[in-house]
Amino acid sequence: MNDMTPTAAERAEKLQGMGCKRKRVEDIRFVQGKGNYVDDLRLPGMIYGDFARSPHAHARIKKLDTTRAKAVPGVLAVLTAADLKPLNLHYMPTLAGDVAAVLAEEKVLYQNQEVAFVIASSPYAAADGAEAVDVEYEALPVVIDPFKAMAPDAPVLRDDLKGKTEGAHGKRKHHNHIFSWQSGDQAATDAAFAKAEVTIKEMISYQRVHPCPLETCQCVASFDKIKGELTVWGTFQAPHVIRTVASLISKIPEHKIHVIAPDIGGGFGNKVGAYPGYICAIVASIVTGLPCKWVEDRIENLSTTSFARDYHMQTEIAATKDGKVTGLRVYTIADHGAFDACADPTKWPAGLFNIVTGSYDFPAAHVLVDGVYTNKAPGGVAYRCSFRVTEAAYCIERAMDILAQKLKMDPAELRMKNFIRREQFPYKSATGWEYDSGDYHTAMQKAMDSVNYKKLREEQKKKQDAFKRGETRDLMGIGVAFFTEIVGAGPSRSCDILGIAMFDSAEIRLHPTGTGICRLGTKSQGQGHETTYAQIIATELGIPADNITVEEGNTDTAPYGLGTYGSRSTPVSGAATAMACRKIKAKAQMIAAYHLEVHDDDLEWDVDRFRVKGNPERFKTMTELAWAAYNRVPPGMEPGLEAVNYYDPPNFTFPFGAYICVVDVDVDTGSTKIRRFYALDDCGTRINPMIIEGQIHGGLAEAFAIAMGQEIHYDAQGNCTTASLLDYFLPTAVETPKWETDWTTTPSPHHPIGAKGVGESPNVGGVPCFSNAVNDAFKFLGSTHIAMPHDQWRTWMAADKLGLHG
Amino acid sequence: MSKVQVSLKVNGKAVDGLVEPRTLLIHFLRDHLNITGPHVGCDTSHCGACTVDLNGKSVKSCTVFAVQATGADVMTIEGVANADGTLHALQEGFREMHGLQCGFCTPGMITRAYRLLKENPKPTEEEIRFGIAGNLCRCTGYQNIVKAIQYAAAKLAGVPFQEAAE
Amino acid sequence: MIPGSFAYHRPNSVKEAVALLTDLGEEARPLAGGHSLIPMMKLRLASPEHLVDLSGIKDIKGIRAEGGDIVIGAMTTQQELIASELLASQVPILRETSLVIADPQVRYMGTLGGNVANGDPGNDMPAVMMCLGATYQLVGKSGERRVAARNFYEGAYATALGAGEIVTAIRIPAPGAGHGYAYEKLKRKIGDYATAAAAVVLTMKGGKVAACSIGLTNVANTPLWAEEAAKILTGSTLDAATVKKAAAAAEKITSPASDSRGPAHYRTKMAGVMLTRALARAKARAS
Repeated sequence: MNDMTPTAAERAEKLQGMGCKRKRVEDIRFVQGKGNYVDDLRLPGMIYGDFARSPHAHARIKKLDTTRAKAVPGVLAVLTAADLKPLNLHYMPTLAGDVAAVLAEEKVLYQNQEVAFVIASSPYAAADGAEAVDVEYEALPVVIDPFKAMAPDAPVLRDDLKGKTEGAHGKRKHHNHIFSWQSGDQAATDAAFAKAEVTIKEMISYQRVHPCPLETCQCVASFDKIKGELTVWGTFQAPHVIRTVASLISKIPEHKIHVIAPDIGGGFGNKVGAYPGYICAIVASIVTGLPCKWVEDRIENLSTTSFARDYHMQTEIAATKDGKVTGLRVYTIADHGAFDACADPTKWPAGLFNIVTGSYDFPAAHVLVDGVYTNKAPGGVAYRCSFRVTEAAYCIERAMDILAQKLKMDPAELRMKNFIRREQFPYKSATGWEYDSGDYHTAMQKAMDSVNYKKLREEQKKKQDAFKRGETRDLMGIGVAFFTEIVGAGPSRSCDILGIAMFDSAEIRLHPTGTGICRLGTKSQGQGHETTYAQIIATELGIPADNITVEEGNTDTAPYGLGTYGSRSTPVSGAATAMACRKIKAKAQMIAAYHLEVHDDDLEWDVDRFRVKGNPERFKTMTELAWAAYNRVPPGMEPGLEAVNYYDPPNFTFPFGAYICVVDVDVDTGSTKIRRFYALDDCGTRINPMIIEGQIHGGLAEAFAIAMGQEIHYDAQGNCTTASLLDYFLPTAVETPKWETDWTTTPSPHHPIGAKGVGESPNVGGVPCFSNAVNDAFKFLGSTHIAMPHDQWRTWMAADKLGLHG
Repeated sequence: MSKVQVSLKVNGKAVDGLVEPRTLLIHFLRDHLNITGPHVGCDTSHCGACTVDLNGKSVKSCTVFAVQATGADVMTIEGVANADGTLHALQEGFREMHGLQCGFCTPGMITRAYRLLKENPKPTEEEIRFGIAGNLCRCTGYQNIVKAIQYAAAKLAGVPFQEAAE
Repeated sequence: MIPGSFAYHRPNSVKEAVALLTDLGEEARPLAGGHSLIPMMKLRLASPEHLVDLSGIKDIKGIRAEGGDIVIGAMTTQQELIASELLASQVPILRETSLVIADPQVRYMGTLGGNVANGDPGNDMPAVMMCLGATYQLVGKSGERRVAARNFYEGAYATALGAGEIVTAIRIPAPGAGHGYAYEKLKRKIGDYATAAAAVVLTMKGGKVAACSIGLTNVANTPLWAEEAAKILTGSTLDAATVKKAAAAAEKITSPASDSRGPAHYRTKMAGVMLTRALARAKARAS
């Protein structure tokens, strides 16, 4: 080596591998307005579809007349359930083992449910046609309150399930009951409660919300009559699953279906499942032989595509009088709307809700969930979280605060006392999960030190005294949340979607000149996969990230995958990427040994090259080896340098974090100002710190919205009163607080690069942190639990109930 | 309803079309002219994804009929780049500061920021946040968008960009 | 998302516009900034068969002083109100109010005329105009007439505007040097309609309120002029007890809708709180 040879550090920097704040590849087209979103697609002869929808939440369809609609200039056809029934497409299977109506047949079950699909030569004509569909309804009594759904005299909602006492998840105990699911040890938990010194009990409700990505759901379906092949471009977080489902329900062979997910303008779980618009566009294309585009508008998106949450959790904790938890019991009513369209792995009707023991060492826990039907939109999906993990985290973090209050302990202190200890990992929870790794005490202490927690509590005490003296009308709250997530679905022994195991994939091919392409089964909707997967490859293979093209979303070329949601891309496809790289590296090592005329074992890896041990001037870079793979390989070896890996994860991963928030509540208006939000996240190995920070910012903004005002609300008649952005709370840059981010790094021991995933952590930890902060502000006045969302009027009502308005 | 003629300038080029009076400007741009940078994100004029620069004003093109824009000078994201083809300081800043993720709000956001910096070349953070209150983003949490605009403001003013300490 | 069909007209003068509106009748609507009407048309809550675009009419724009009044052309945008140095010095409550209306893009298009004339109880300017004692200049087939803002609002979307009439200008008596003012608006987020808002203009003399005028936004099906509350405050030092009485009097005339912003009784209380805070800021500004 001479002075001209770049050092290992310089070479690593050039690679822009893991750990680098690599600028994003995607940005180049996005900042120039050259993204390729579904609605940008124009095909010759394209036609457009729009739905006529029900104004009623529950009604029988007495008459459906499409004559006027068909007469609107530009309208080509109108589909109703009667047209879909012979194809058996008037219902479609959901991912939760239920069926959902594509077009309403005899009755409608939620406001804005699809009743007819108008197909026209322009979107404007389709809209005119949709307005001209004449429907006569006979209104029926509605079920809106999930607690009343299983009343003996509750109206029957699902006529199609009449007499069916067995559902996809076992026995149904009532005509509006979907499933009962339980986890944990009921006897051990009951015993813990029986002898408990202290218990708390609270109904903790997580309101219905909606992921509301900025781009709504849409597709273009194009059936080629000559070839008998269907191509569908769409907003699909899981394009391969859509292809398989499309094949099963349409009977078109899977190899003749091409599903392409182009650029997607945000997903957050909204774009995992299939919607009537996709089915109807496909049918329209098959029937007309023309490409059919369906683009929903925002009101349709918010009021009919899958909602999230709507979990009502009766929560109890048993503890010793000095604050050691001994048992957790949660009974949940889950409101699924009219159809159970939950996007959960098959065996988990309540998702991974039994992560509800959280970050704490509960010796015993029992969880029971009853799912019910109501006259609301079907669902629910995991809105920026792993399945039901936000619900679980909110439940336990709120409950621990309530317990701390009863014990007159500081909420951080109670948590420290009950954390799973570092030496207990891998940790088996009372509901059967094996947490891979964690160091909770270190993270919590770092968070508390960073915000000077002690000083904040001192300030709070002073402010409380000032309030009592009438010197201020502001209440200061300090919110603490320590979450543990379960992400990266998942091991095939426990996770499948409609029977397909939840592995994921990466296929990597290096070209003769040393650049390459990687295709994966995941699908970014803004997470920066084109940038980050290349960083993994850069570190593993020593090829600059800029020399790797990353592709997702085309089911013809990408290896099969289950898509991107539940923070699974890094844990599963990230692992597949590393494993595929290692196959390539192993072959490259043999080629290098051959060309250097040494034994394989005489070589060592140095950033971007194999070099001879003890003789470092003799080396072959991976770039040179790529050429060699096409030029001259050892006798008996196949040419080429590529590999594919389908990764079946041995376990989930368990990211965690400590969040602390400071708020000031104006009791006279109920307005809350977020003074400060500090988020410490541990996602194991950090691939791109810039992107991680961006994910945290975005997830925290969504958490802020959920905690402080977001709600999909129905009135007593089943009208959705929050169906547009006038009322559905999406904060602007003005309301959104500033974020402080920090981290610890506790790698996952079972993951090839030790990474855990991070995209959803901020939503999981953020919501309880905000909610705990607002609740904390009122504690000293005797308040135990104020439900979310903490919008102005609700906060004011809580203050009013405490007699604060004199 | 019979169609009417509209003639305007888009990104420096004269264009015309024959449209129904009810044709919204966003649809005229996207569907008639194939200018797909500005996007539709809502139905109630809240999200700002459709923002264009019309006669020197930031305007939500989903709330203007194409006929109202007859004779106007319209700029979209496709026209933001510098005359020599290099990226505008804002486009550079959004990339440098990670001010975008899914990219859907980005055309409207940059087009609005373009006008904001002309209204106020040295905005404070508060003024930036207030200045983009008509543009919603679901991915970034806004913090890096603010930084991107600050980066661009510094570059346009020819001063070094100081990232505020966290 | 897609409006219904209509025929589009673009007159060059007030006379032409009025003739069109009168002749086309009920199925014709004037189009000002369009940022109230077009959203309604997109939801098909309004489906006029004719739109008469006022943006080509030059003499209903501009801001000028005339005697002791400020006269603002109806097609003046919120952005132009904010940028006006004349208004900043003479009627500063207008800039303060404009800045809490909607967002920058909407303010570039939304007009003062549109905001005061369409009768939406959520609009901010009507209460401010009632507070200022403004007069609207209306022009119809039979010529021009003036209606005081305080007499203009009859119900939700119901005003004194006659068939075929348009607002051409808003005339405001300048509050005078040393006046105190404030527009205090409680909202769920920036750009939202008011949960409750209060407009206050007052003058102080020798530490006591010499004159006071109060307008309330979005707490009834019309904007409200809180005459009784203002009377209670006149002659007082704005001491806590009197302010409390005035707030109670203001709350008494409210009858807000219950909606996502909160139940009616909360919004009533917020009218009182907004008034109290507006008074404090107005007092601080008065000299």
